[in-house]
Amino acid sequence: MSETAAVSAEVRERHEITTQLGMWGFLATEVLFFGGFFMAYALYRHSYPEAFAEGGRHMAFGLGTTNTALLLISSVFVAIADRAVRAGRRGLTLGCLATAWLMGLAFLGIKAIEYTQHVSDHLVPGRHFLPGQSSNPRLQLFMYLYFGMTGLHAFHMIMGLIAVAWLMNGVRSGRIGPSRPEPVAVIGLYWHFVDCVWVVLYPLFYLVGR
Amino acid sequence: MSTYLDRPTVRSWLTTLDHKRIGLLYLFSITFFFTIAAAAAAAMRIALLSPSGDLVASDVYNRLFTTHGVLMVWFFLIPAVPNVLGNFLLPLMVGARDVAFPRLNLASWYVFMAGGFLVLYAILFGGVDTGWTFYTPYSSTYANGHVMLMAAGVFVSGFSSIFTGLNFIVTIHRLRAPGLTWFRLPLFVWGIYSTSIIMVLATPVLAATLLLMGLERAFGVGVFDPRIGGDPLLFQHLFWFYSHPAVYIMILPGMGVVSEIITCFSRKPVFGYKVMAFAILAIATLGFLVWGHHMFVSSESVFAGVVFSFLSFMVSVPSAVKVFNWTTTLMRGSIRMDTPLIYALGFVALFTIGGLTGLFLATLPVDVHVHGTYFVVAHFHYVMVGGMVMAYLGGVHYWFPKISGRLYPEMLARFAALTIFIGFNLTFFPQFILGYLGMPRRYSMYPPEFHALNVLSTAGASILGVGYLLPLIYLVWSFYRGRPAGPNPWKAKGLEWTVPSPPPEHNFDAIPTVTEEPYAYNPEEDP
Amino acid sequence: MIALIEASNRAAQVDRLAAWLLAASGFVVLLVFGLIVIFAVRYRRGSKASRAPLPIAEWKVEAGWIAGTTLGFLAFFFFGARLFVAMEDASGPADEIRVVGRQWMWDVRQPNGRREFDTLHVPLGTRVRLRMTSEDVIHSFFVPDFRLKQDVIPGKEVLLVFTATRTGRFPLFCTEYCGSKHAQMKGEVIVQRPEDYARWMANAQPPAEVLAHGHNLFLHYGCSGCHDRGSIVHAPSLEGLYGATVPMADGTFRRVDATYLRDCILNPETVRPAGYPPVMPSFRGVVPESDLTEIIAYLEGSVAAP
Repeated sequence: MSETAAVSAEVRERHEITTQLGMWGFLATEVLFFGGFFMAYALYRHSYPEAFAEGGRHMAFGLGTTNTALLLISSVFVAIADRAVRAGRRGLTLGCLATAWLMGLAFLGIKAIEYTQHVSDHLVPGRHFLPGQSSNPRLQLFMYLYFGMTGLHAFHMIMGLIAVAWLMNGVRSGRIGPSRPEPVAVIGLYWHFVDCVWVVLYPLFYLVGR
Repeated sequence: MSTYLDRPTVRSWLTTLDHKRIGLLYLFSITFFFTIAAAAAAAMRIALLSPSGDLVASDVYNRLFTTHGVLMVWFFLIPAVPNVLGNFLLPLMVGARDVAFPRLNLASWYVFMAGGFLVLYAILFGGVDTGWTFYTPYSSTYANGHVMLMAAGVFVSGFSSIFTGLNFIVTIHRLRAPGLTWFRLPLFVWGIYSTSIIMVLATPVLAATLLLMGLERAFGVGVFDPRIGGDPLLFQHLFWFYSHPAVYIMILPGMGVVSEIITCFSRKPVFGYKVMAFAILAIATLGFLVWGHHMFVSSESVFAGVVFSFLSFMVSVPSAVKVFNWTTTLMRGSIRMDTPLIYALGFVALFTIGGLTGLFLATLPVDVHVHGTYFVVAHFHYVMVGGMVMAYLGGVHYWFPKISGRLYPEMLARFAALTIFIGFNLTFFPQFILGYLGMPRRYSMYPPEFHALNVLSTAGASILGVGYLLPLIYLVWSFYRGRPAGPNPWKAKGLEWTVPSPPPEHNFDAIPTVTEEPYAYNPEEDP
Repeated sequence: MIALIEASNRAAQVDRLAAWLLAASGFVVLLVFGLIVIFAVRYRRGSKASRAPLPIAEWKVEAGWIAGTTLGFLAFFFFGARLFVAMEDASGPADEIRVVGRQWMWDVRQPNGRREFDTLHVPLGTRVRLRMTSEDVIHSFFVPDFRLKQDVIPGKEVLLVFTATRTGRFPLFCTEYCGSKHAQMKGEVIVQRPEDYARWMANAQPPAEVLAHGHNLFLHYGCSGCHDRGSIVHAPSLEGLYGATVPMADGTFRRVDATYLRDCILNPETVRPAGYPPVMPSFRGVVPESDLTEIIAYLEGSVAAP
């Protein structure tokens, strides 16, 4: 290896650490952003445990569990893509990213089905919440947090889909490859983070009261 | 020789990735917002000349103090030192060619302006009367006006803080010049570093809080809504979890600026460098744990009150230590009372008063009495205006030769600094007394007993106003017509003074190697 | 200029603590300002004073003032917390008075049911416990002469205990920003000797001015057009309605209270009393909040009146 190539490899590595540090910092921000919602959840679950248990029974357990599985498996593919792009295997990289992307899309589709179901069950907080039933008004708090937090998570999923689509485009055109692999790792970090958030949301909403 | 100020086209400024130009973009923007917010303050002070509030209706007055608060806090104080001086100086001080993510840096300015224009739109077309704190359920249910737009503006501008904070943290970690170890960093960099951590960790909580408030307003139901079992106090907890650290976002970089100035003009290394650096970190850390002291009378438990009172006293220890260290730095120095030093010592004096009155507020029974009165108003203006704005102006004067390559008229600048100091004290000291006597804040009219002190305060504000106008005028004039300054007019230490003034676009021809301890001044040498 | 009066059991203690704080702060301010001035003169550039390094180790100085300030602060923390815990203890026997904050008035009910607005009568030297809440936004109950303050919060009841130690009339302010007329949400605490207070309590009368004003508003907004007994429109008569439980069209029942009346006036589409056609128009944006409060007070009072 020539000397200039060694220097440029070192520069590239320094650059990669810098970008990764930036992403970790951003993820710290995200943790605190969701933290506000988790704080609200903790407070109200502590105050109204029965309402939250009842809320958990309104959730579509099967769909939620399927979604958890989808996200966890998609993260594996993103992790493989990171290795593949460094090894210069463009086809494998693209395949993994595309699989993860489709699984993310499926996640959102299932989420949409769940939302539709909640709307027709009159579980949307507000004036039309479970009319004719003298149900616990605290249940509205649970549903409010459910829509707020899963909605926010879904927004992050959409951002993730856009980012992965951008990655695939870059890999296809060759802008991202063995000589510049770090975007896959950095966006992968984000993808794993969004995955982790769901892993926390899942028990908070689907397993509570079960 | 080419400098970063060459190519003065609008397009080149709006698309620049140069941290120095972005710093100046912020300078113009925050000066603009400051002017509007100061005008709102002036209108309030004039209205308070009469106890019966004849000049403006209550609704107008309420919109004025909201405008003043929102613009001053989020569009002046928070970005002032980090985004203007920090952007300009941080890469120069650590010996880098730019920040770690230049494009993110420019994006942060655009996001900031987008937020600013949302807020301006809300103010111009109806206004908002919630106060800068947006307390629920008033903001979410009862207030009229563009609460949503205003909150959206603050929400959006929060991303500017986050982007800038991220950029600075990564820059300080990754782009320091060879030999520039952590304990060789100027205290200004320590201040910016701590501030950036707070920006990154606290701002998102504000974003979440405003989002929850906005959702509640939009859908008529929400998590702070007592009708479905929600707790309006949760909003306050979340809000102050951001906003208390946010006052440290405002003050810590100011402390950094003051350390730079005092050492330079007394020709001495700062007294207790490591203690100063750790004090900044301690304030940033403890600052996250004291939010509950804003809620001593809002029915939080007695136990919580006692704990937050204790922590609030503890966070004052490092601040007190810093004041003593600055004072001791002067001892056996070789002091020249130039304009930046007048501002810096003004900072130390006013910050001391602001900090000590903070002890009144941390003492539980006394806080019960003065909470929500003008005592609190005076306290935070002593810290924020007396402290932060003095530090900011000191910093602007100190680095003005570096930014513009020119000198300002020294005697006029000293006169302006003294005018500001006197005007400030006349404006805000009477408010301590008003507060202890029981005058509540956010009152558009007040009992006639409070008249005399309010008139005094308004008189002081007019002097303060003149004091602020002066630098605005002579600094603009000096930018074009001032005497050339040369690279280092103060004979100051620090990497930023080793490059020409104004610096070239790439800052350093060759990345420097640092071999000196910080503030390697010697009072016995004639500079 | 006014002098602040010490008119409650806690006032003197709070003032004493504040005086100690003031003394300590004054000392530190003089010390710091004095040293700055002395150093600035003595060590001005070109003066003959010695610039030799300080003869004492830096860490000793730092340790000294870290320890010193910490101890000083702990002392203030301790005395403050001790007084606070004592004065926040709301248990024990006391006269209970209910206080409701709403935009923009203080609505007070004495133990015998006597109601007053924007004034609070309390007996001298008797322990009084206020049970406070808010109907709309957060307000704060502040009596400077008592060194007393407590936020009142919707959906929550908070307690406040004090003993008045001087007779007289003391201003009462709202110190939590609560909307347009925040600055006008003022009242008075009237401390009377126990025998005067008892006489005042016995003489229970509805506050005539409030009722008269509320009645005028009731006429002004045309409420009486439908809701008077002689009206030809089929609308419920409101006399004696307050406090009753009425059937709704959907089979449920609701109690007529301030919230209910508020809904009827502002959101009539959400309230369907059984047996009446949905003809009531919404007065949202027509009746300002202050007038609404007075109309509701009037409707409430029109039953309570003898």
